[in-house]
Amino acid sequence: MTGTESEATIEARRQMEICNACRYCEGYCAVFPAMTLRREFTTGDLTHLANLCHSCKGCYHACQYAPPHPFGINVPETFATIRAESYAEYAWPQGMGRAFERNGTLVSLAAFLSVTLVLLLTMALQDPAILYTAQTGTGAFFRVIPYWLMVGMASLSFGYALFAMGMGAVRYWRGTAPGAGQKPITAGPVAEAAVDILTLRNLGGGGHGCNDLDDSFAQARRHLHHAMFYGFMMCFAATSVGAFYHHFMGWKSPHAFLSLPVQLGTWGGVLLCIGTAGLLWVKTVTDPGPVAKRLLGGEYAMLALLFLISSTGLLLLAIRHTGAMGVMLAIHLGLVLAFFLVMPYSKMVHGVYRGLALLRNAQEKHK
Amino acid sequence: MVEFTRLWDVLVVGGGNAALSAAITAARAGASVIVAEHAPKAMRGGNSRHTRNLRALHPKPTDVLTESYLEEEYWDDLLRVTGGRTDEALARMCIRASEHAPGFLRDCGVVFQPSLSGTLSLSRTNAFFLGGGKALVNALYRTAEKLGITILYDTEVQHIAIEEGFAREAIVSWRGFPQRIRAKAVIASAGGFQANREWLREYWGDAADNFQIRGTPYAQGRVLRDMLASGVQEVGDPTQFHAVANDARAPMADGGLAMRLDCVPFSIVVNKDVERFYDEGEDVWPKRYAIWGRLIAQQRDQRAFAITDSQALHNYLPSVFPPMKADSIAQLAVMLDLDPAKLERVVAEYNAAVQPGTFHGNKLDDCRTEGLAIPKSHWARRIDTPPFYGHPLAPGITFTFLGVKVNDRARVMMADGKPSGNIFASGEIMAGNILGQGYLAGFGMTIGTVFGRIAGEEAAKIGRN
Repeated sequence: MTGTESEATIEARRQMEICNACRYCEGYCAVFPAMTLRREFTTGDLTHLANLCHSCKGCYHACQYAPPHPFGINVPETFATIRAESYAEYAWPQGMGRAFERNGTLVSLAAFLSVTLVLLLTMALQDPAILYTAQTGTGAFFRVIPYWLMVGMASLSFGYALFAMGMGAVRYWRGTAPGAGQKPITAGPVAEAAVDILTLRNLGGGGHGCNDLDDSFAQARRHLHHAMFYGFMMCFAATSVGAFYHHFMGWKSPHAFLSLPVQLGTWGGVLLCIGTAGLLWVKTVTDPGPVAKRLLGGEYAMLALLFLISSTGLLLLAIRHTGAMGVMLAIHLGLVLAFFLVMPYSKMVHGVYRGLALLRNAQEKHK
Repeated sequence: MVEFTRLWDVLVVGGGNAALSAAITAARAGASVIVAEHAPKAMRGGNSRHTRNLRALHPKPTDVLTESYLEEEYWDDLLRVTGGRTDEALARMCIRASEHAPGFLRDCGVVFQPSLSGTLSLSRTNAFFLGGGKALVNALYRTAEKLGITILYDTEVQHIAIEEGFAREAIVSWRGFPQRIRAKAVIASAGGFQANREWLREYWGDAADNFQIRGTPYAQGRVLRDMLASGVQEVGDPTQFHAVANDARAPMADGGLAMRLDCVPFSIVVNKDVERFYDEGEDVWPKRYAIWGRLIAQQRDQRAFAITDSQALHNYLPSVFPPMKADSIAQLAVMLDLDPAKLERVVAEYNAAVQPGTFHGNKLDDCRTEGLAIPKSHWARRIDTPPFYGHPLAPGITFTFLGVKVNDRARVMMADGKPSGNIFASGEIMAGNILGQGYLAGFGMTIGTVFGRIAGEEAAKIGRN
């Protein structure tokens, strides 16, 4: 870490020292038991705790010291700010951290530009008429966008995203190491962290739910996140199965509606639509008290982008035998391209850092 | 818009656990209920906002309470802290009814914590609210709103017009505007007078200026004083209050529970004259924890200092404000504005008196001193391993014990010995009936819930007639 600490870090330390003397929230998420293992909070500790926080807002609504109390404890808001700062701090390559400033604008602009680029490229490379006439039968999609271009752009952009996020992960893991140094990663904590990620245990409040909208308890955010996450994974699986069919079975798209890739993509797309639309709705109507307003733009933009990807994918399925298919395919792939390009510099990195925070938390518990 | 012209079945004065337990019970019994809460919405709930648990009788383990806790043990615990200054009939009734208090609160949406780990081990006797008192308060208000109870925030009841033991109406200040509320029955759950420094000065003089009010600043005692002036019978010692050793740097009001320092048993405590004044190792949470506020209130400038060393640091909860830290006792004394030579001497005398023993942080151990005028009976270890730590202490008051007399149906008793026609009380405003002195952790919430439910039931009967 660099020498000077951010205001949010200093504020988080003040708040954690109060929380550590109070401890009323120890029954909530994993953050508070992890806090009690410490008496002093280094910058790395605070980054770790912030990334462990799922913004369930339970601690805010339960807090005797929440605003307007003069102590002004607002852990969800402060931790959201620190998370955003850690995304910028650990972004690879280093200067790209600036992409997290005005993130909503960046994501929207990237989406707009890549859709335009793909449309223009398609028109330049192909006979424009192909964009407007119905394409059917084997290889229909590739008559609109050539196979080499589709695979080339997708694997380059996605490969870059994975590499950049991997570098970020390594830097984050080192940066949040506790004073005792690194412990070897073992199977037990990995399994525990995986369960935490797949079940979102920390958004369950032990069964009664979290404060999604106000001081009442609900499981909506958790279920919507599940829909989004598993929908995304099903879409990813659909693409992988499609690629496998193409390369190893010689089965070319478009596939029949009841085929495995189309079924995975369809239901994945539906879940992704529901999840992202629902999360957008929650963000709009929730109590603004524990929310870091400055970060909302980037969050809205990423949810909207995912919603557009899934909805254009579903539309593409619906109209793939008509003359509108070409344009829809170009728009859909343009959005996917944008998603891959901005992935390492968007809200998507929270998955990486939160996963690592859960792993570190599981390791600490196994001590 | 609030209908100030209508006649309500029940008016509940106050907005904490005792008030809402009463309001919810009355509304469930079919009464129309209006609640007048002095605080604004964000600060609602009186002292309940700062609480954490409730002491409950249970014959067998429950999902939130371990083992069992029966009437006789509960009563013995109460007898010990009050030194016998309690009304046995009311106390036993309250203890028996406490068995059903967690279930009632759970029905109101309150979530309890499975069982507690960490420094305070009370999981056998006390049920902990998940997230603490404010989460409880939120749940109670949500339930009250669902039942159609009208809640007025920023509303101070200034006067209850009582004629021949019968409440006719209440004069209130509603968001700064004078209004009157008419109700067939009134439940007073407006707390003690601990936040009224002028009133405290009547008994404690200038010392009252140094008392920190741990809880809500809205406990001004206005309703209590008004009722006592209108012929309601008084109960309890006006000089008694529940107070703990607070951090001397805590805010003067609303600092809440996290300002308490539980380092006393692991330290030696001296006053401004660098003299020890009580056995720090007499006993630990919860039984002797509550006496330290009063002890410090009796010292010069209401200040004391807990001195520990690095051996003890992890035996107690961390404090909100970091302790003074120094490499020598003399240096620490300078930081605390104490006489260095004298503190060195007091620590040396103490160290010389420490007997060998086996230290156990969580139970009464055999580490003690011998030969000191004021002994330390347990957890006595030499203070000799730097760095040394000093916590400045001040009395932190939770609530006062002066209250209104009630009978076992929560009905307020008039000075002439007759029960009031339609006035009831629950919570801190009547806790002095049972707590003559001392305090038992979580018992305030028990009294509030038990008497709140009874008051709600009884008031609803009048309201429906």
